[in-house]
Amino acid sequence: MSSSALEVSTRRGATSFFEVARLMLARDIRLALRKRGQLVQPLAFFAIVTTLFPLGISPELSRLREVAPGVLWVAALLSSLLALEFLFRDDAQDGTLEQHVLSGQSLTWMLFAKTAAHWVLTGVPLALMAPLAGMSLGVPASSIGGIILSVALGTVALSLIGSVGAALTLGVKRNGALLSLLTLPLSMPVLIFGARATELAIKGEGFAAPLYLLGAIAVLGITLAPLATAMAVRINME
Amino acid sequence: MVAQSVDTSPYGGKPLNLRDSAAIFPMSAGPMSQPCLQAENLHLWRGDHHVLRGVGLTLSAGECLQVAGSNGAGKTSLLRTLTGLMYPEEGRVLWRGADIRRDLAGFHADLAYIGHEPPLKSDLTPRENLRYWVGVRRELSGTLVDQALERVGATNYRQRAVRTLSAGQKRRVALAGLLLMAAPLWLLDEPTTHLDAEGQRLLGVLIDEQTAGGGLVVAATHQALPVVRTLARRVELNAPDLSGAPP
Repeated sequence: MSSSALEVSTRRGATSFFEVARLMLARDIRLALRKRGQLVQPLAFFAIVTTLFPLGISPELSRLREVAPGVLWVAALLSSLLALEFLFRDDAQDGTLEQHVLSGQSLTWMLFAKTAAHWVLTGVPLALMAPLAGMSLGVPASSIGGIILSVALGTVALSLIGSVGAALTLGVKRNGALLSLLTLPLSMPVLIFGARATELAIKGEGFAAPLYLLGAIAVLGITLAPLATAMAVRINME
Repeated sequence: MVAQSVDTSPYGGKPLNLRDSAAIFPMSAGPMSQPCLQAENLHLWRGDHHVLRGVGLTLSAGECLQVAGSNGAGKTSLLRTLTGLMYPEEGRVLWRGADIRRDLAGFHADLAYIGHEPPLKSDLTPRENLRYWVGVRRELSGTLVDQALERVGATNYRQRAVRTLSAGQKRRVALAGLLLMAAPLWLLDEPTTHLDAEGQRLLGVLIDEQTAGGGLVVAATHQALPVVRTLARRVELNAPDLSGAPP
């Protein structure tokens, strides 16, 4: 097969936006399943932190239930931060990120797809694990739906905020501390509204209001974060 | 030491600054939509290092340019500037007569760039790597990927994880990616590295086919390009002035 023959057969057209996102998601899931350490590390951290708290505070369920929203959300925030280090690092090291820039596709869209894949691999497992961790802190079964919803929505925002930080610190060796410094202040509203939604869910009250605010932050993140991430990546490519 | 970009063989013996190369190698007559790469007066600084000093070049359809030079002379920086990954302090790069910055995504769709290391994920197989790497650029079937891997002699290890492959085998997989991208412009950084004699011959054939089809190739390499039919122009980039003094 000559290169010109190949050209004819591949010139059918550029890959569509959604196909790019599908390829990105499929690739990252495949990679995560082959490198399970990166997938398991944030979850293990989350499980360890939330199960250690009862040992450190008190086995009394009423006391644990009071601190449960804060514990769950601080653990979720730190676990999410732990996973952020891997968001673009491997792609930058093996030259894949450079090829994203040179692909002729929208870099903003590609990095959004990459962040979405990151959320599927870290945010969704955290959201599913949070009720289990909550049980060890004495939260009632009726609050499970609220906890899952708030953590799922909150981790969307955390992944998007974190993607900007991860892109900005790409060129920095051992960038964990700097990444935390950049990301944590921006994550505070997510922590506050997420913990509030969880608290209301545990009390059996309506938690829609903080959930809406989390949703607003997530929408703002979806709108702005991929643009900022793409700009940061381009700068780091120089 | 003064950085100087000179163009020698095969179009005359006397050293010429690349800024003059447009006059020596005029663009072929025809519409601007013809693939044509031009760089005008490129100046690039990396910190205190004046890496590119007024580099200019013109490459028309069917031409191949070999960029040679000592270590640190700026070969990779030149290639990365031509891709648009690096922003020169002065000068511009034109593709089909238009500044690449005006439509960077369009230019990148016409470009295939392979750096020092092939952009392959070590935990994926060559097949999976190509399905993703080239797949995000163009619609691609598994059959085409297999054909490309067969063409570069990588069929035997197409299902093995890339981390188990030798550097030369990875380079062959990257050549398959180059074929699949079907881009009119190839920018290759040290393309012969790690390739055995057979691999180098294959690279030469691929470059010959690319130029015969009207494509353009710019390759940064110390070694002579293993081309047979293509008349590769050779450009020498001398080491940059590291003093930081203005030119």
